[in-house]
Amino acid sequence: MATIRVQSEPFDTGLELARLLAGRVDVGGIGAFVGVVRGASAADPLQALTLEHYPGMTERALSSIAAEAESRWNLLGCTVIHRYGRLVPGDPIVLVLAASAHREPALAATSFLIDWLKTRAPFWKQEQHRDGSAHWVEARADDDAAAARWDPPFPAAHAR
Amino acid sequence: MLKILYFASLRERMGRPEEDVSLPPGAGTVGDLIAHLTARDPAGAAAFAHPALVRAAVNQEFATNAAPIRDGDEIAFFPPVTGG
Repeated sequence: MATIRVQSEPFDTGLELARLLAGRVDVGGIGAFVGVVRGASAADPLQALTLEHYPGMTERALSSIAAEAESRWNLLGCTVIHRYGRLVPGDPIVLVLAASAHREPALAATSFLIDWLKTRAPFWKQEQHRDGSAHWVEARADDDAAAARWDPPFPAAHAR
Repeated sequence: MLKILYFASLRERMGRPEEDVSLPPGAGTVGDLIAHLTARDPAGAAAFAHPALVRAAVNQEFATNAAPIRDGDEIAFFPPVTGG
């Protein structure tokens, strides 16, 4: 059963790792991805990022993505935590953890989870710049391509 | 009645986060609803001016313009997602 949380407050990666391991000895590895707010470029520094989401649908979408990961790989636990609200460069924004008996499913499921999350979970980023301007971040074709890697027949089938 | 939600740039262009709209006569799909909102006022025309940049959800599931809508549905419109 996946742990899904959508929250404005920071998350504690160490605590979440410990929760996945609590009371069990069958886990052989945990894949982890921590997304961080990047400060854009030196020439055009980012002051802050505001994340908007669709309460209700967001949790449903993340649960559905996690369920898909659990159906594709033998996972012993998985955690997806995504923040919303105002964040500044250097702030962790998203945490994905996938635990398994072996590293291959753990790492593949982690990649899958963040790739699908970026294209299938209803979040939107707005950048605020030092000059006071703000604009909505546009979706990237790279992200669609990364997510499409996992369309069937998906490449990590051997990692089950 | 339909509950319509708008997010991100579409919310700004519509000038509201949500509204209740009577199911337009003859409107059976998401695409029909978009046509109705586009024709209704300048805000709607602006919000839906670029169909490639509009995504929809019906009852909190992603939906295409061909997806059927029924009285009581929650319909959301938003730009392509950019989380992660």
